[in-house]
Amino acid sequence: MPVKVMIPSPLRPYAGKRDFAEFSARTVGEALGHLTTEFAELRKHLFTEEGKLRSFVNVYVNDEDIRYLAKEDTPTKDGDTISIIPSIAGGRI
Amino acid sequence: MATTTQPRTGMKPATSLSNEEILRYSRHLIMPEVGMEGQLKLKNAKVLLIGTGGLGAPLGLYLAAAGVGKLGLVDFDVVDFTNLQRQVTFGTTDVGKPKSEAARARLSNLNPAIEIISFETQLTSANALELFKDFDIIVDGTDNFPTRYLVNDACILLGKPNVYGSIFRFEGQATVFGMPDGPCYRCLYPEPPPPGLVPSCAEGGVLGVLPGIVGSIQAMETIKLILGRGDSLIGRLLLFDALGMKFRELKLRKNPNCPVCGTNRTITKLIDYFEFCGVRGEEAPGPSVQVPEITPRELKARLDRGDDLFILDVREPHEYQICNLKGHLIPLGELTRRVHELDSSQEIVAHCRSGKRSAEAVDFLRKAGFRKILNLKGGILAWSDEVDPSVPKY
Repeated sequence: MPVKVMIPSPLRPYAGKRDFAEFSARTVGEALGHLTTEFAELRKHLFTEEGKLRSFVNVYVNDEDIRYLAKEDTPTKDGDTISIIPSIAGGRI
Repeated sequence: MATTTQPRTGMKPATSLSNEEILRYSRHLIMPEVGMEGQLKLKNAKVLLIGTGGLGAPLGLYLAAAGVGKLGLVDFDVVDFTNLQRQVTFGTTDVGKPKSEAARARLSNLNPAIEIISFETQLTSANALELFKDFDIIVDGTDNFPTRYLVNDACILLGKPNVYGSIFRFEGQATVFGMPDGPCYRCLYPEPPPPGLVPSCAEGGVLGVLPGIVGSIQAMETIKLILGRGDSLIGRLLLFDALGMKFRELKLRKNPNCPVCGTNRTITKLIDYFEFCGVRGEEAPGPSVQVPEITPRELKARLDRGDDLFILDVREPHEYQICNLKGHLIPLGELTRRVHELDSSQEIVAHCRSGKRSAEAVDFLRKAGFRKILNLKGGILAWSDEVDPSVPKY
């Protein structure tokens, strides 16, 4: 089984309405790279122009925040789930 | 019937329950996990709800039902007809009334024995610390990023737990911030998204029952904190996917470098949160681009005159079903691909629901070389208001 990347509701319009995608990837960075290659519109929502992960988007491998692992160099293996968790506030803004 | 228990205000902690309270809360009392001791903790608890809308509705109802002795309700808004799809504390006769007061009346009817105070005010950096100080637990049921950061920071500065819940369309999040060894909102999200990058309920819609579920989870977490029972969501982010009916959990860590709750704190007082989030003051964000416009009345006049205008509708197909001006439908997200369907020699009027998406469409088309293109100001909503009231608003 490859690595599964879960796509949250607010980003699904930019990912062809998909709620997940699967890739072979050895690190989180590689998986996100495949994701933004397949869905180019996602790139600006996940990354700044300098290629840094946006600070209101958190990425987890299984249940651990990559900021406390090796960030985008965090290794991934088949069967891992990468979750993208953007901040949501509902309602007004 | 025993005498009706009156709400207690500003007194020493309660040490007993009246006969009426014992009867009302009997289903709590017969559980050893609650018992008289637990019910007294609830009676002596003081909880402040920030927001009495989608999340605030189940929150208020269940906390009042449980016998939380003092409930504060903060909301400056008035009940709108479109709120009734999900804000279940309100009834149709409450439309137009201040939410905090309508909620206070409803909760008071549910449980007259508790103290309920409504604060019909916007929570700001100027009043948050003062408002929070008389309460033990703060529950965040707000609908915007600036207020979430404000609530978070005020709770950390005052050392009070912040029971957090948020929703978007079919998904929800819940956790407890603000406990001494636990993370805070900024540990999770150091910075807010720029305005316009995450849609609101009005733009994205929301399944009405979703805040009902997430707000109920927040009520449950609040009650567990008061009782000191069960495993709290401190350090855990609960993710709820309503369509898949799945709950997942992620670990939330306290960030040692967090500017507001970390070891070397740089934020020691409340800031301007609207500025922090890039939103100007209290105005609703206007269209993000300035484009040439036509008002609904002007459009009607030109159509009546027989002008050859091409109406471009950039909404979604399901919106077209609700109402339309018989325009040519190209959803905004498809415009790049389908621009060949448009004739740049024709004069085009683009519209959407409120004028925002169509402004983006006009901006895009002008940059693509279209010279004869106008945005319908205020969208189909304004058309309904100013030209044809038989067109439904939504």
